[in-house]
Amino acid sequence: MAIVELKNVVKNYGGHKGSKDSANAVENFNLLTEDGEFVVLVGPSGCGKSTTMRMIAGLENNTGGEIRISGRDVSAVPPKDRDIAMVFQSYALYPHMSVFENMAFSLRLKKTPNDEVKRRVNEAASILNIEHLLERKPRALSGGQRQRVALGRAIVRQPQVFLMDEPLSNLDAKLRVDMRAEIVKLHRKLGVTTFYVTHDQVEAMTMGQRIVVMLDGKIQQVDTPQNLYERPNNMFVAGFIGTPSMNFLRAKIASDRRALEGESFRFKAEGARGTALDTHTANEVWVGVRPEHLRYVEDSGHGAGLENMMRGTIEVVEPLGAVTMVQVQIDDARVTAQLDSHVQVTLGETITLACAGEKLHLFDADSEQALGLEQPVSEPLSAAV
Amino acid sequence: MTESRLTNTLLTLLTYAVAIVMFFPILWMFLTAFKTEQTAFDIVPHFLFTPTLDSFKLALAQGNGYWHYAFNSALSAVASTLIGLVLAVPAAYAMAFFPSKRTDFTLVWMVSTKFIPAVGVLIPVFMVYKSLGLLDNIWGLTMLFTAMNLPLIVWMVYSYFKDIPKDIIEAADIDGAGTLQTMVKVVLPLALPGLASTGLLALILAWNESFWSLTMTDHKAATLAVFIASFKSAEGLFWAKMSAASVLTVTPIIILGWFAQRQMVRGLTFGAVK
Amino acid sequence: MDSITTTQPVHSGKAAKAQRKVASAPTRRLMAPAVIFLFVWMIVPLVMTLYYSLQNYNLMMPTMRSFAGILNYDLLFSDPTFWAALGNTLLLVAACLIVTVGLGLALALLFNRTFIGRGAARTLAISPFFIMPVVTGLIWKNMMFHPVYGLISWALRALGLEPVDWLAHHPMMSIVIMISWEWTPFALLILLTGLQSLPEDQIEAVRLDGANKWQEFRHIVLPHLGQVLYVVVMLESIFFLTSFAEIYSTTGGGPGTATTNLPYYIYLGAFFQYDIGSSSAAAIGAVILANIFAIFLIRFVAGNLNAGSQR
Repeated sequence: MAIVELKNVVKNYGGHKGSKDSANAVENFNLLTEDGEFVVLVGPSGCGKSTTMRMIAGLENNTGGEIRISGRDVSAVPPKDRDIAMVFQSYALYPHMSVFENMAFSLRLKKTPNDEVKRRVNEAASILNIEHLLERKPRALSGGQRQRVALGRAIVRQPQVFLMDEPLSNLDAKLRVDMRAEIVKLHRKLGVTTFYVTHDQVEAMTMGQRIVVMLDGKIQQVDTPQNLYERPNNMFVAGFIGTPSMNFLRAKIASDRRALEGESFRFKAEGARGTALDTHTANEVWVGVRPEHLRYVEDSGHGAGLENMMRGTIEVVEPLGAVTMVQVQIDDARVTAQLDSHVQVTLGETITLACAGEKLHLFDADSEQALGLEQPVSEPLSAAV
Repeated sequence: MTESRLTNTLLTLLTYAVAIVMFFPILWMFLTAFKTEQTAFDIVPHFLFTPTLDSFKLALAQGNGYWHYAFNSALSAVASTLIGLVLAVPAAYAMAFFPSKRTDFTLVWMVSTKFIPAVGVLIPVFMVYKSLGLLDNIWGLTMLFTAMNLPLIVWMVYSYFKDIPKDIIEAADIDGAGTLQTMVKVVLPLALPGLASTGLLALILAWNESFWSLTMTDHKAATLAVFIASFKSAEGLFWAKMSAASVLTVTPIIILGWFAQRQMVRGLTFGAVK
Repeated sequence: MDSITTTQPVHSGKAAKAQRKVASAPTRRLMAPAVIFLFVWMIVPLVMTLYYSLQNYNLMMPTMRSFAGILNYDLLFSDPTFWAALGNTLLLVAACLIVTVGLGLALALLFNRTFIGRGAARTLAISPFFIMPVVTGLIWKNMMFHPVYGLISWALRALGLEPVDWLAHHPMMSIVIMISWEWTPFALLILLTGLQSLPEDQIEAVRLDGANKWQEFRHIVLPHLGQVLYVVVMLESIFFLTSFAEIYSTTGGGPGTATTNLPYYIYLGAFFQYDIGSSSAAAIGAVILANIFAIFLIRFVAGNLNAGSQR
C-alpha cells in the first residue's frame, strides 16, 4: 500500500523534429494518489494512458519529472525493484508453466521458501476461486479464467501498487461486467493502491474512485466519476464521459448576455453560467445538453419561442425497450434525446424538446473550456493538478 | 467444387506420378545398393532381383572405413549446430526484444554475410588454416560450418523470438527476472520447437556441405562428402558399391528431413508465412 | 559498457546511470560473440582475399611475392575462361531459378488439393532436397545419365528413340536438371506453406464475385505468394551462385569450360594452378556478383524489420 506521486512526468520518444514522435507522448503529468486509492486512466487510444502506466511500472523511462512510490523516487529503479505488479491486456501468462507456476514465478525468483510459495499461491487462488485450476496450463483455460490467473499472479506478490492495463478488453461483454465488479471487490478487500487503464468510459465510471481523463498526452481532468459527469472541464471530457454522448449546439449570445439562441432553439443561462457570460467577450458559445436531460414536450404550437426548448425533425428512432433514442435535426446539428418509451414519436415528425436550465453546460466557442463551473457541493479528493 | 470428378482423379494421379518421378532416383539408388555389381550394371534395368548385402560390406570398408567418415560428419554437423545456436540465441534475443538501430543494423549485416560466397574466403582460410595446422582438422571444419550456418540460424531464431509476445517478457521483467533468467526460464522454453527446427535445418545443411569438406579435409577429418566423392571415378564397375555408400550417406539425413519438414519451413520463409 | 544516446536532459548523475539500466539490456554483450565469430571467419578472410588479389603470389614460387596492383584483374578480364565461367554462373542461376520456381509453383498447386495419401506423396516429392549434392552428382551421372546403361537411355530406347550422352552433349542442361531436382522440393515446400496460409474467406469471396480459376490464381493466389516467392528466389540464388559439388562430382567443369562456373574456376585456379593472386581476384569477382543479388535481399530484410517495429 502506498501513495504514488507523479510530478511533471514527461515522456518523449525522441523523434526528429517535425516527425510524429517528436511531440511529447505524455506531457507534464501530475497526480498524487491517496493510499489505497483506485485510480482509472481513461482516454481514446494514443492519449498516453498506457505510456503513463508503463512509466509507473518502469517498462518505459520517464524522460522528465519524478515518479514517487511511497516517497521514493523510482524513476531510475528497474521494474522488479519498484514493488509493483502488473496485469496485462493480453494477460501475458507464461504458456509453458502451470497456473501454479505462473503465480509462483516471482516468488521463486526471490528464492522464497517452498511452503511460503505454496501458502501464498493457494491464498491468492482461493480469493479468486481458481484453486481447481492450479495444475492446468494457460491454454487449457477460458478467457475469464486466464484473467483470474493474471490477477492472481499480481496478488501473490503482495505489491505496493497494482497496475492494470486494459485487463478486461479481451473478455466478452457479459464476463466483462462480472469481472468489473470482482476487481472492485478485490480492491476493497486488499486495499492496494491501483492504477487501471481503460479506453472504456463506462468501465472508468463504474470502477474508479478517481478518474484521470487524458487526450493527446495531456490530462484533461482528474476527478470523481460524479464530478466528471456533472462538471466536465471542457468539451472533450463532456463528450467523452456519458453514453450517449453530450449534444453540443452552437448558440449566439443575445444582448442581455443571458439568452442563447439558434434558429430552432433558445436557452437561458442561469446562475454561475449566466454570471460567467457577463465577462465573456465572445458572441457565440457552445451549449451542451446530455441526451438523458432532454424531455419531450407536447406540442403547444409556440415551439422554439419558449426558454430552454428546441424544435426539429426526427431523423432516427431507436426503441430500446425502457427508453427510446431519437435523433433530431436542430439547425445544423444532430441532437440525441433519450425519451421515455411511452412517448409516441414517428420518423419525420417535428417535435419539441426541453431541458432544465441547471442541466445546461456552456463552453467557450474557441478554447472549448467550460464556462461558469459551479463549485462542487462536496470537496473533491485532493487533486494535485 | 466445379471440378468434375474425372479431372479431380486425373490431377490426383498426376500428383502421385510426380511424387514417384521425383523420388525415383533415390529409390533406384536404394534398389541398386542391394544388387550385385552385374545386375547393377546392365543394359536392361532390373526391378526384380535377389537382394544382397555384399555391396554394403564393401562400402563400409572403403577408404578409412565408413564409420570414420560418418563420425566426422556427425561430429562436425552436431557441434557446428550447437555452437551456432549458442552464438545465435543471445544475439537473436537482443535483436528481437531490445530492438534498436544498432541491433537492426547488426541483423542485416549478419544476414548479408551469407552472401559472401565460400570461394570468396576460400584462399585466405586455406592459407591461414595451413599455417595454424587446422587443415584436415575436424574443429577447423566445424568452425567453417558454423560460420556458414550462423546467419541463417540467427535469422530463424530471431523470427521465432519475434513471435513471443513482448508482454510476456515484460511480465517476467516485473516478476523480477533478470536478462539471463528471462532468457532461460521464459524465452527458451517457449521457443523450443522453433530452436529444434532451426537446429535440424542447420544439421542437414552441415551434413550435406561438400565444398569445405572437399577443400579443407583429406583423411583425418574427412567427412562423408569426401568418402562419397572417392567414388567419383567409379565408371560402371562399382555402381552397387557406390549406391550402397550413397545409401549409408544420405539415409540418416533423409529420415531427419522427413521428420522435420513442416517445422523447417516457417523459420526459413523469413517470417513471410505464419 | 552500454551507452544509449539520450537527447533529453537528465536530472542527476545517479538517476542517469540507472535509467540506462532500465532502458537497454546489454544488447552489445549479447550480440558480441556472434558478431566477432562472423567477423573473424568471414570478414577478415574477405579482406585478405582482397589483399591477395593485389599480389603476385603463386604457391609454386612462394618466394617471388610482390605487389601486383591491378595486374591480376587485368589478367582475369583478359582470360576468356573467366568470362565463360561468369556466363555459366549466370546461366546456371537463371535456368535453375526458372525451373525450380515454375515447377515448384505447379507442384505446390497440385499438392494443395486434398486427396488420399497427400502426406506420403509430399514426403516422397520433397526428399531430393535432403540428398547430399555429391551423391546427387554420382547417382545422376552414372545411373541416370549414362549413355548406355543409364535409366534415361533405357527409357529412350524403349520409346524407340536414340539415347543421348547427356553429360557430353548437353552438359549445362544436365547440371541444371540435377540442381533443379534437388531444389524444386525446396520451392514446393515453401510455396505450399504459403498457399496453405491463404485465408479461406478470400478465395470464397473471389468465387462469389464470379472469378474463374485463372482469375482466382492471378488476382488472389499470386499476390498472396509474392513475399514467399521472393524468399524462395533469394535463398535459392545464394545456393545456386555457389554450386560446386554437383559439378565437381560429374563434369569437372567440362567438357572444355562448358560447365565451369565461378566457384569451380576459382577452385581450379587455387588448387591446381596454385595461383593465389589471380584466384583471389576471381573470388572478389564472385563476391561482387553475389552482392548484386544481396542488395535485393537486404532491402527485403530491412523492410521486414520496419514492418515488425510498427506492429
